[in-house]
Amino acid sequence: MADFEVPTLDEVPRVPRLVEGAMRHSRPFAAAPEHQEALGFPGQLVEDWHDKAIEKFGEILDRSRPLRVYMDACVKCGACTDKCHYFLGTGDPKNMPVARQDLLRKVYRRYFTPAGKWLPWLVGAEDLTEEVLDEWYSYFHQCSQCRRCSVYCPYGIDTAEFSMAAREIMDHIGKGQKYCNEILGKVHQIGNNLGLPAPALANTLEGLEEDIEEETGVKVRLPLDEAGAEVLLVTPSADFFAEPHVDGLIGYAKVFHQAGVSWTISSYASEAANFAMFIGSYEQMKKVAERIRKAALELGVKRIVVGECGHAWRVAYSFWDTLAGPFDFLDPNYPVPQHICEFTYDLIQRGELTLDKSANDHMTLTFHDSCNVARGSRMGDAPGGQFEIPRAIIKACCNNFVDMAADTIREATFCCGGGGGLLTDDLMELRVKGAQPRMQALKQVADAQGVTHMAAICAICKSQFAKVMPEYGFAMDAIVSVHQLVSNAIVLDGQKTT
Amino acid sequence: MPYDYNGAVVEADEEGYIQDISLWTRELAELIARGENIEMTGDHWEVVNFLRDYYEEYQIAPAVRILTKAIKKTMGPEKGNSKYLYELFPYGPAKQACKIAGLPKPTGCI
Repeated sequence: MADFEVPTLDEVPRVPRLVEGAMRHSRPFAAAPEHQEALGFPGQLVEDWHDKAIEKFGEILDRSRPLRVYMDACVKCGACTDKCHYFLGTGDPKNMPVARQDLLRKVYRRYFTPAGKWLPWLVGAEDLTEEVLDEWYSYFHQCSQCRRCSVYCPYGIDTAEFSMAAREIMDHIGKGQKYCNEILGKVHQIGNNLGLPAPALANTLEGLEEDIEEETGVKVRLPLDEAGAEVLLVTPSADFFAEPHVDGLIGYAKVFHQAGVSWTISSYASEAANFAMFIGSYEQMKKVAERIRKAALELGVKRIVVGECGHAWRVAYSFWDTLAGPFDFLDPNYPVPQHICEFTYDLIQRGELTLDKSANDHMTLTFHDSCNVARGSRMGDAPGGQFEIPRAIIKACCNNFVDMAADTIREATFCCGGGGGLLTDDLMELRVKGAQPRMQALKQVADAQGVTHMAAICAICKSQFAKVMPEYGFAMDAIVSVHQLVSNAIVLDGQKTT
Repeated sequence: MPYDYNGAVVEADEEGYIQDISLWTRELAELIARGENIEMTGDHWEVVNFLRDYYEEYQIAPAVRILTKAIKKTMGPEKGNSKYLYELFPYGPAKQACKIAGLPKPTGCI
């Protein structure tokens, strides 16, 4: 498949040789006018793009104090330079987080600081030219907004905020990215990223009910649009469509069934993902989040549970209340919102699930922390719950679990290489190369400790790994859903024994 | 990336998915498949025809699981699995088979 060189996996991770401009050519397809206009953005690059861009940049700086602080705070210490998976996988110095930030920072200095206005050559200030705009389009679509660099920055500068701001500016002058903007249009029009209409969703869920009954002998329901249910499940639409995602969805259904909790999916808000975060659009993020609030109110649910989706959990946990709150109509005795892992972990702790670990004995598992869960949210009621809870679930369902190297997991986790709105075929070279650090850590535990499978709780991570792992010598089904492991291990009441 | 076909031009997007699905014909499918280095066999057609039927009813391509189940019914368990479907369509049955079937590319986290 690859018409580029797949990076090697070395015994000891190393910083790559610098190759100036190595990824200069990488850029996603441009959004078509209809994708742009559906979101209220200009269809194509506007005549006065320069002035419009600076105007928007100013608006964002006025709105976001953090961004303004990040612009001024960097002291060029270099701590971030070797922390980005895209830098490690490509060797392109512009993929060093500080260099990526400087693409925006140099324009900030030129137009928004006195020194840059009068003495630009002294302070690294530069005009916004067509060439600079082109670089923005290329390199701000080589950041998955995973925020690993910010963990190592002594000032906590968050490069994701730069990427979001740059993409927002570009959308407003008519230079949007096809993948994200087309998908956001589908959410508004059809209700989910996939464009899966309600009858197709109903057909899919019925098919899964048949499959579960055939496998277990137990009638487990996957209800759609059932008013009065206790729980509304919002999950990435990939869970209805792709492998291994759908095996995770089956796992959620079995857990709800065994817990005896009534639940439903909404055909109106059949999507947990909120790609508006990736393009930095507050307005869009709010619109997408409000769909979920509306569905919850209309269905009269008491709880909202979020399925295995990394950035959706960040949006839900960190932003929902501001975007679409207050959620005071939900039952305050439960977390608002609740992650499916919290839901399952609670049942495990209370001894309410019978789990046969031997059902997963054919695998030795490791866990890939997804960046938006690891660094953008939490789970449970103790710090670090987002790391402990998924691992506790896996260990309750599996006999064989091994963690990858400490500097590649938990808050130091490496992005899968496809996050932040980059999970598109037109960025395949970037995706394959950006997966190198994670693949290296996986190979280490595969070789030394016999790890056969990696579990994750993010639809993007799962699709990305299924696609790129074969490039590194792993099977495409070596990536599994955490609730797929639960599904394998859970023993339902009345389940037939094989 | 339009297709020149029978003296007419069929418009397609950057990746070769045709824009107007009503212009699809079997001959065009053969042409798209050749561009993907796929020689269409009876098994390929079985998949493509199922995708088109499903699309006609539901306005979307079926989930991989639905596809494998359907193929299992018509062609037997040795072919009704995703491994075999990937042998037929190495770039992935959902995307590559959709392109050949003239259907829009499925989007999202897939």
